[in-house]
Amino acid sequence: MKRHFIFIGKQMLRMLLLTFFVSLAAFMLLSVSPIDPLQANIGQAALGSMSQEQIGKLQAYWGVGEPPAERFLAWAGDFFRGDMGVSLLYRQPVAKVIGVKLVNSLWLMLIAWVLSGAAGFVLGILAGLREGSVLDKIIKGYSLLIASTPAFWLALVLLMIFAVWLKVLPIGLSVPIGVEACGVTVMDRVRHAILPAVTLSITGIAGITLHTREKMIEIMESDYVLFARARGESTFEIVKNHVLRNVLLPALTLQFASISEIFGGSVLVEQTFSYPGLGQAAVTAGLGSDVPLLLGITVISALFVFGGNLIANLLYGVIDPRIRRGGAGA
Amino acid sequence: MEKKKVILNIRNFSVSFEQYESGFRKTGLPVIRNLDVKVHAGEMVAVVGSSGSGKSLLAHGILGILPYNASMGGELIYDGAPLTGERQKALRGNELVLVPQSVAFLDPLMKIGPQIRKGKKDRASREKLNEIFRGYHLKEEVQEQYPFELSGGMNRRVLVSTALMGNPRLIIADEPTPGLHMDMVRRVMSHFRELADQGAGVLLITHDLEQALQVADRVVVFYAGTTVEDARAEDFQSEETLRHPYSRALWRALPQNGLQFIRGTQPYVKDLPEGCPFGPRCGSCTEECKGVIPVREIRGGSVRCIHAV
Ligand SMILES: Nc1ncnc2c1ncn2[C@@H]1O[C@H](COP(=O)(O)OP(=O)(O)O)[C@@H](O)[C@H]1O
Ligand code: SF4
Ligand SMILES: [Mg+2]
Repeated sequence: MKRHFIFIGKQMLRMLLLTFFVSLAAFMLLSVSPIDPLQANIGQAALGSMSQEQIGKLQAYWGVGEPPAERFLAWAGDFFRGDMGVSLLYRQPVAKVIGVKLVNSLWLMLIAWVLSGAAGFVLGILAGLREGSVLDKIIKGYSLLIASTPAFWLALVLLMIFAVWLKVLPIGLSVPIGVEACGVTVMDRVRHAILPAVTLSITGIAGITLHTREKMIEIMESDYVLFARARGESTFEIVKNHVLRNVLLPALTLQFASISEIFGGSVLVEQTFSYPGLGQAAVTAGLGSDVPLLLGITVISALFVFGGNLIANLLYGVIDPRIRRGGAGA
Repeated sequence: MEKKKVILNIRNFSVSFEQYESGFRKTGLPVIRNLDVKVHAGEMVAVVGSSGSGKSLLAHGILGILPYNASMGGELIYDGAPLTGERQKALRGNELVLVPQSVAFLDPLMKIGPQIRKGKKDRASREKLNEIFRGYHLKEEVQEQYPFELSGGMNRRVLVSTALMGNPRLIIADEPTPGLHMDMVRRVMSHFRELADQGAGVLLITHDLEQALQVADRVVVFYAGTTVEDARAEDFQSEETLRHPYSRALWRALPQNGLQFIRGTQPYVKDLPEGCPFGPRCGSCTEECKGVIPVREIRGGSVRCIHAV
C-alpha cells in the first residue's frame, strides 16, 4: 500500500513539474515572438486612426509592455486557483473555449486512436505471422511509406479525392456552414469528422503496425510457441492461446504512449481541414498572441500526453501477472 | 527379455539448413547426417552428445517442427509406418510428445492449468489434468498460477505433466534437467523411467552421460551431427566394452574414471573433416578414416568406426 502512495506522489510531482515547465516554455516562446499583438489582431490601418488613449487601452488588454515574469506568475497564480483566465481573441473564459474545441478534437482523436490502433494491431499480426511473405512485404512497405508521408500532404490528397473530385464529403469545418448550432445533426458532425479522422488514423497506423509486427516475429520465434506447436496446437490455436495475449500488452502500451503523436498530428490535420478543434485553436492563439488561451491549451495537452504515458506505465502493472503478482510475494 | 515392438526407427536421418552465401547462391548446411536411432516400446534410449551436436534438431525433426529453412532426409518410421508430415501433425501432442528443457517453453502469460489443457475447458480435460496433478503431488492451486510463480521442484513436474494430457507412446525429453542437482535429477529421471515402464518409448536427449547412464537402457552417442555408437547402458561399465573412440573418451571423462578430457573441440558443420568427423581428435586415425565410414554391428551394438573391435 505504501508503495502505491509513493508511486502516486511521485507521479503527481512529475505532472506538476511537467505542466509548469511546459507552460513556462510556451510563455517564453510567445514573449520572444516577433508578432505584435496589436498589429496582428487589430491591423495597421485601424491602429492608425485611433487615439493614443485608445491604443493604450488596447495595449493593456493585450498585455503589451507588461513585465513577462509578472505576467506569467499572475497567470500561474490564477490557474492554480482554478481560473484559466479569459481568452483575448474569443472574449470568453478560456475554460469554455477549450471545452468546446476539446470536444471537437476528442472526437477526431478518439476515432483516429481506436481505428489506427485496431487496424495497426491486425495488420501487424498478419504481417508478423507470415514474416517474409508477400502479405508481410506489402504491409511493411505500406507502413514505411505512411511513416514517411507528411500528415498535411495526405490530408490534401484525401481532400482532393473525396471532397473535390467525388464531392462525397465536406471540405472543412466541423458543422455545415450557415446552419444554427441546434440544427446540426449527429450525422453532420460525423460527416465532417470523417476526412480528418481518417487522415489521422492512416498516419497513426504505421507505428503500431510495425511495432506489433516486430513483437509478433519475436513471439513466433519464441520457445513457448515452438513448444505449443510441438504439443499439436495449430497456428490458429497458437494465435488464440498465446500470441494475442502476449502481443496485446506491448501494443496497448504503445497505443497509450502514442497519444502524444495523435495530439501532435491533430494540430496539422485540423489546420489543413480548418476543423475547429484544439489544434486549430492553438495555432490561432499562437499567431494572435492570445496568451491565456495558448497556455491553457498547452497545459491541457501536456496533461493528456502525461495521462497517456501514465496509463501505458500502469497497464503493465495491472495486466502483466509477472508484475501484478510478482510484487506481492511468491 | 521379450522382444519389444520398435516404436521409432530413424535411419540415415539428416537435417540441413538452407543458407544464402555471399551473393544469392543457396547452399545446404548439413547439420545432421548419418543418424540412426531405434526406440522400442517400454525402452528408454538416451541420445548423448555435446552442445551443438544437433540433439534438439533431432527432436524437432521427429515432431515436424523444424524451422522453415531446414529440410530433412532419410527414413523416419514411427509405429511401423513412415512418419510423414501429415502424421506428425496428427500425432504430436498426443502420441508423440516433447518435454521441454525449462518453463521458458511455457507461455509466460497463460495460467498453468489452461495452458496444459491447451485452452480446453471441458470436464474430461479438467478431470484428466487433476488426476495427473494428483499423481505428481501437485496441488490444484498450481493450475491457477503463472509459470513464473512455480518453484524449481514444481516446474519439472508441471513440464512432465504436459506430456501426459494425451496418450503418449513416444516421449522425447530434450535436456529435461539443466542445472539441477543430482537429487532432483534422479527424481525427474524416475518420472521418465516410470513412463517407460508403463510401455512408452522414451528418447532422453542430454549432454550428460552420467545422468543418462542412471536410467537409460541404451545410449546413443552423438558427435557433430552423426551417431557414432549405439550401446547398452551396461557397456559403459568399462572402457573395453565400448566400441567407438569417442564413446571411450566420454567414458574417461566421467568423474569416477578420472575426468580425463580429450583435447580439441567438436568441429562446426562448415569445418567438418573428410571421412570420420572424429578423425582430427582420434588417436587411432589412419588414412582409411578419410573415406566412407560404414556402420558395423559389434557385440550387440553398432558403431561407425572402421577400426573398432
Ligand atoms: N535455424 C538454424 N540455422 C542454422 N543453423 C542452425 C539453426 N538452428 C540450429 N543450427 C545449428 O545446428 C547445430 C545443432 O543445434 P542443436 O540441435 O540446437 O544442438 P544441441 O541441441 O545438440 O545443443 C548447431 O551447430 C546450430 O548452430
Ligand atoms: S573411423 Fe578412424 S578416425 Fe574415426 S573414430 Fe574410428 S579410428 Fe578414429
Ligand atoms: Mg539443445
